[in-house]
Amino acid sequence: MSKEAIVVLIKNMLEASAVTLEVFFLTLLFSLPLGLLFASLRMSKYKFIELLVRFYLLIMRGTPLILQLIFFYFLPSQLFGYGHGLPRFWAAILAFSLNYAAYFAEIYRGGIQSVPVGQHEAAAVLGLSKSRTFFKIILPQVVKNILPSMGNEFMTLVKDTALAQTIGVMEIFRLANSSASTNFSTLPIFVAGLFYLIMNSVVSNAFSFVGKKLDYYH
Amino acid sequence: MSHGSGKLLVINNLYKAFGGETVLKGISLEVSRGETVAVIGPSGSGKSTLLRCVTMLETVDSGDIIVDGKTMTGNDENGKAVYSDKKQLKAIRLNCGLVFQNFNLFPHLSVMQNITEAPMSVLGLDKDRARETARALLLKMGLSGKEDSYPCQLSGGQQQRVSIARAMALNPQILFFDEPTSALDPELTGEILKAIRGLAAEKMTMVIVTHEMNFARDAADRVIFMDEGVIVEQGPAREVINNPKSERTRAFLSRVE
Repeated sequence: MSKEAIVVLIKNMLEASAVTLEVFFLTLLFSLPLGLLFASLRMSKYKFIELLVRFYLLIMRGTPLILQLIFFYFLPSQLFGYGHGLPRFWAAILAFSLNYAAYFAEIYRGGIQSVPVGQHEAAAVLGLSKSRTFFKIILPQVVKNILPSMGNEFMTLVKDTALAQTIGVMEIFRLANSSASTNFSTLPIFVAGLFYLIMNSVVSNAFSFVGKKLDYYH
Repeated sequence: MSHGSGKLLVINNLYKAFGGETVLKGISLEVSRGETVAVIGPSGSGKSTLLRCVTMLETVDSGDIIVDGKTMTGNDENGKAVYSDKKQLKAIRLNCGLVFQNFNLFPHLSVMQNITEAPMSVLGLDKDRARETARALLLKMGLSGKEDSYPCQLSGGQQQRVSIARAMALNPQILFFDEPTSALDPELTGEILKAIRGLAAEKMTMVIVTHEMNFARDAADRVIFMDEGVIVEQGPAREVINNPKSERTRAFLSRVE
């Protein structure tokens, strides 16, 4: 590729990575709390609610994210007979959020259930309120438990943003793909790979840092 | 503030079943202020369940539990347990401390934070008052200087002593111990028994479920022997352990000694 073409590529990549980052952060914004909601419904004492949530979790974790993206993109036109689906970007956010919320829900549930019951009992016997027990005693221990799994999910999400190109979102992968075919070069693919790597290095380091901070006890 | 000579703990005809199995079959007992009561018996006899019912970790099926004159639970016309309102239960809860076999310290909080958490968030004590009380308790337990340590940095015996301090920080009128030395190496058992003896000398009312027969005989005022959900025998500590009246008690003690 010519020098000018590379410069243009990098410039476009930077713009596209802004989209990638938007998808990343918006997905987390919605899916992190949504996962908590599903986790608590999953542990509901009402069998009906528990089964409903388990069904949802099975669907979201059991079918490919790429299919879910296409489904949510076309859903409104199926339901309401529009000429077109949701705006591409928001269809992607919707699909990603619902999908990742399912994974987070199971991670949260595992983390919560792995805190020994003795912790709840000690707090109860000391007269701590339910909310104090959860926020001061249980939650901090859950966070430490689930940190490695959450790190995995965050890094997977960075990479999964590439799937958004399936429904036409102009992010890094789509750009790299079209640039590669336009220029008959694999260089754009490597450049894209580098961008993902840099983003995931930041995520990885962030989790390492938090992990070290939480390592003051065992 | 003590209110005269009334019994601190009254349990009447307590029944508790898990699923199909009845674990407590009509337990009745009383504990006077200042008494140290040891509860002994084989595994599955219901000793721990009894403690858990009195400290509200389990709910009973029927029977009365009255702590310092306040009713925790009583029977309705059909003989089913009816618990008092939340406010009363909370007041009772703060009067009963429990020390667990597995300590159950909060691992992410320092020793000081473990001890001051409840006094501050439940009793509303300010930080300085709570820390002062905590330091006094740590001194009593022989743990001065450990206040900023974390449970994972302490030995089992030290952790259990922190546990005792944490339970005492709420100034309960009665302290329950659920096999306080069972999870400890034998060398560490002594320091716990010493701590409990210290509390007994101060006339702290205590109910201790234990396997340590020598300790039960020497440190307790009264010993209760439980087997298969009933109280088989109870009496002055030395009498029950040295000269048990019941055959079952004799059989258990000979197996254990």
